[in-house]
Amino acid sequence: MIATSANENPQPLLELQQVTKVYGSGEAAMPALRGVSFRIEPGEFVAVMGPSGSGKSTCMNILGCMDQPTAGRYCFQNVDVGLLSRNQRTLLRRHYLGFIFQGFNLLNRTSALENVELPLIYRGIDSDVRRAAYQALDTVGLKGWEHHTPGELSGGQQQRVAIARAIVTQPLLLLADEPTGNLDSKRSEEIMELLTTFNRDRGITIVMVTHEADMAAYAKRTVHFRDGLIESDQNQPGDSLC
Amino acid sequence: MLGIALRLALREMRRNIMRSVLTMLGIIIGVAAVIVLVTLGSGATRQVTQQIANLGSNLLMVSVGKRMGPGQSSTAPAFKLADAEALAREVPALAAVAPQASSASTAIFANENWGTTVTGSTEQYFTVNNRQLAEGRIFTGSEARSGAAVCVIGETVRVKLFAGQSPLGAKMRLRKLSCEIVGLLKPKGQSTMGSDQDDIVIVPLRTFQRRIAGNDDVSLIQVSAKDDISTDAVKQELQRLLRIRRHLSADEDDNFNVMDMKEIATMLSGTTQMMTGLLGAVAAVSLLVGGIGIMNIMLVSVTERTREIGIRLAIGALENEILLQFLVEAVVLSSSGGLIGMVLALVSSSLLAAVLQVPLVFNLPVIAIAFVFSATVGIVFGYVPARKAARMDPIEALRHE
Repeated sequence: MIATSANENPQPLLELQQVTKVYGSGEAAMPALRGVSFRIEPGEFVAVMGPSGSGKSTCMNILGCMDQPTAGRYCFQNVDVGLLSRNQRTLLRRHYLGFIFQGFNLLNRTSALENVELPLIYRGIDSDVRRAAYQALDTVGLKGWEHHTPGELSGGQQQRVAIARAIVTQPLLLLADEPTGNLDSKRSEEIMELLTTFNRDRGITIVMVTHEADMAAYAKRTVHFRDGLIESDQNQPGDSLC
Repeated sequence: MLGIALRLALREMRRNIMRSVLTMLGIIIGVAAVIVLVTLGSGATRQVTQQIANLGSNLLMVSVGKRMGPGQSSTAPAFKLADAEALAREVPALAAVAPQASSASTAIFANENWGTTVTGSTEQYFTVNNRQLAEGRIFTGSEARSGAAVCVIGETVRVKLFAGQSPLGAKMRLRKLSCEIVGLLKPKGQSTMGSDQDDIVIVPLRTFQRRIAGNDDVSLIQVSAKDDISTDAVKQELQRLLRIRRHLSADEDDNFNVMDMKEIATMLSGTTQMMTGLLGAVAAVSLLVGGIGIMNIMLVSVTERTREIGIRLAIGALENEILLQFLVEAVVLSSSGGLIGMVLALVSSSLLAAVLQVPLVFNLPVIAIAFVFSATVGIVFGYVPARKAARMDPIEALRHE
């Protein structure tokens, strides 16, 4: 469950091979990704950086199986996602992925507890949904806030609920899209501590988009995007395995 | 999954209670209208049938003219008293024969006068029509034969002319005839046709013909068959005899009409049933309009909740699960509307039945159909919005503000 450098592991968690993504067609065609390749091993914590329009969001959408590459292959656990139907990709999200968004994206007027229960309900788990949700909220430090709705919680607390919702299903991959983008630095640090803990203690692989170098510093590896290409892909200085 | 969808739908409905009620209004009114109309219609039909049953199922009416259809008849020579006597003599299956002639007339007593219907008949009139006396007596056979100036009056006439007093023995004037009131009928209320059966004056037929009508016509002969004899057989016998007496050749149609109560019942209940059906169909249209209202609100709701749909899709909700969620929501809306409409209909038709004095007949199949139809409306009109929700692109939906 410790990140190893590429190529040693015969089975990466996921791999992008020459992935391109073009929006629109003809004259209006706008390439968002222009041949991106990388692999992520189980247990890695990867920060994705780059200016807006560099293709990192598109890349995250493809990693999250919400979008399909125009060309190239995306393999998740050796399964070519490009060959899956929409429903199969949904099931893949349901069983292996967790999402954290910049805008939290919690269901309004729905209690923290019910928000966290949601992915379990879609998984069709009948027993102990409630207990698992309580436990997940406890691990993100929201014990006692279970019955508050997002409107009654601070930004930091809302993001914690979102994290609880993402990890309650014990996903293989956690995709975080600027999770601290709407938070002050104190809350941001708390959120990053949480993510680091889940990565370290539970071996959940995390791919996180961020604009801030401070936040990227929590990751063990940083991938820089520019103009639809990977500009650099390096392990953080101080990474013990480097 | 269905249970969860149901719970979500109920919660969504509670959150927008005002909007939900307004959305359901179309369905509520539609279902209520269908049920109320059909319930009252069935009540009216039942009332007609019952009243006719009260008259006696062995009653037949022989009238002049060929029935051409509802309310129409061709003209033909009237019957005479001799026809009635012939029927009584030659058809042994008859229990009673009451030849009748009637006309509108003003009844005058002291300073009071009242426009009523005077009917001339024999003493058998009371048997055939099942009329009982409240007080006094009916006219005797000899009074009838001699054309005595006596009469029996109904309750309405008594109230109008005599207020609180007993009318017996009083002399009442009908046109040129001054007749003594010998009997008062027990009240019978409204007839099937809506006429007041107590607004009558009965005089001996001969008295009527000589002193009021001035001719010897008989316009209607009511006969009652003996108890164990089929009215169909009696009817054929009457027709055969009357054709001979009216000198009709084989190629001529009857110029008279024999109707038994069964036929009258069928005719009348047929009319009310048709009206009920028509009104029910009009009400069903409002169910359709209600369905369109639901579709409208569901489309608005889907747009409003685009972000929620995006979150659900991202988290792992399948297309079908989103479809089900919104479909169930539409069905919950429409069937709740149906349920409320049903309750409303039961309450209001009970009240209306009491006001209109119609028996309360709940037509269970129609109530069930109205409810099922309302639920179906939800499925049909909820499908398009639900499919719109299910087919959303999660990325676009999450970006939606």
